[in-house]
Amino acid sequence: MLELLQQPWPWYVAGPMIGLIVPILLLLGSKTFGVSSNLRHVCAACMPGKIDFFQYDWKEKGLWNLVFIAGTVIGGFLAGWVFNNPEPIDLSQQTVKELQVLGILDFRGMMPDGLFNWQALATPVGILVMVAGGFLVGFGARYAGGCTSGHAITGISNLQVASLLAVIGFFIGGLFVTHVIFPLIL
Amino acid sequence: MKSYLKYLFAGLFFGFALVKSEVISWFRIQEMFRFDAFHMYGIIGSAIIVAMISIQIIKKMGLKDSTGTPITIPPKDSSQITRYLAGGILFGIGWALTGACPGPLFTLAGAGYEIMIVPIASALLGTWAYGLLRPMLPH
Repeated sequence: MLELLQQPWPWYVAGPMIGLIVPILLLLGSKTFGVSSNLRHVCAACMPGKIDFFQYDWKEKGLWNLVFIAGTVIGGFLAGWVFNNPEPIDLSQQTVKELQVLGILDFRGMMPDGLFNWQALATPVGILVMVAGGFLVGFGARYAGGCTSGHAITGISNLQVASLLAVIGFFIGGLFVTHVIFPLIL
Repeated sequence: MKSYLKYLFAGLFFGFALVKSEVISWFRIQEMFRFDAFHMYGIIGSAIIVAMISIQIIKKMGLKDSTGTPITIPPKDSSQITRYLAGGILFGIGWALTGACPGPLFTLAGAGYEIMIVPIASALLGTWAYGLLRPMLPH
């Protein structure tokens, strides 16, 4: 049983489980699945400044989603800490080889330890990856009106052209960083 | 507060699936953008198919939610092409740099990668900056 909880799930198990979140939230309370809205709700709740975009009843609109995100933190704690998979991720050998060329040598855990740590925050690469990267995730998600959950999963499955456009944008940006920026900075 | 408990469990289920699917891994995102494995495409693709079928069933059967309200899904405004492409590209850059989209940012923090508090704080700042600059941006 313990081993079953620790093991990674193949895509054909994990994908449908993630897809089921969409009908689950609709059936629970007509809620549309989209995680990045939480960032807006937090801004509406905490951030200073009289900005129209954040003038709304965040409790009415977003409290359920903030509770949902608290759940994902607990889910992460259970799956990634309590029932952590001790094995390295079964990555494609090609990716491993290409990342090794870029100087990424440690493939334990979920992310390269050398890039994501507190000391790296004092380096230009660390600032670019963690601070600028995070900023663009927040800025881009709101500009595009959603992120991977809201557009790639909910929007496309509801046949929204807007979401398809946004996802094409996600890939243009991601491919640019992977194939142009990372070879330059890593 | 009790009425919100169900969303906590839904989130827990989602977070657990994000870790076990390894979707929260920076390495997996790199593998996806390098087209080296089917894993991420299989996950996103099968998630979309399951969600699509579910939405069709909900619409065809005119299902109601747990409070008895008929379920409606607000459509996206497809006329604002600039925002989806420009916003999407900026999001994609951030996605590849951090190796995480908003859900995984929180799940990683829960899984013991407390450094992810930094990109979460930056993402909040980015969201706030969008709110500030919104009147000046093309949509």
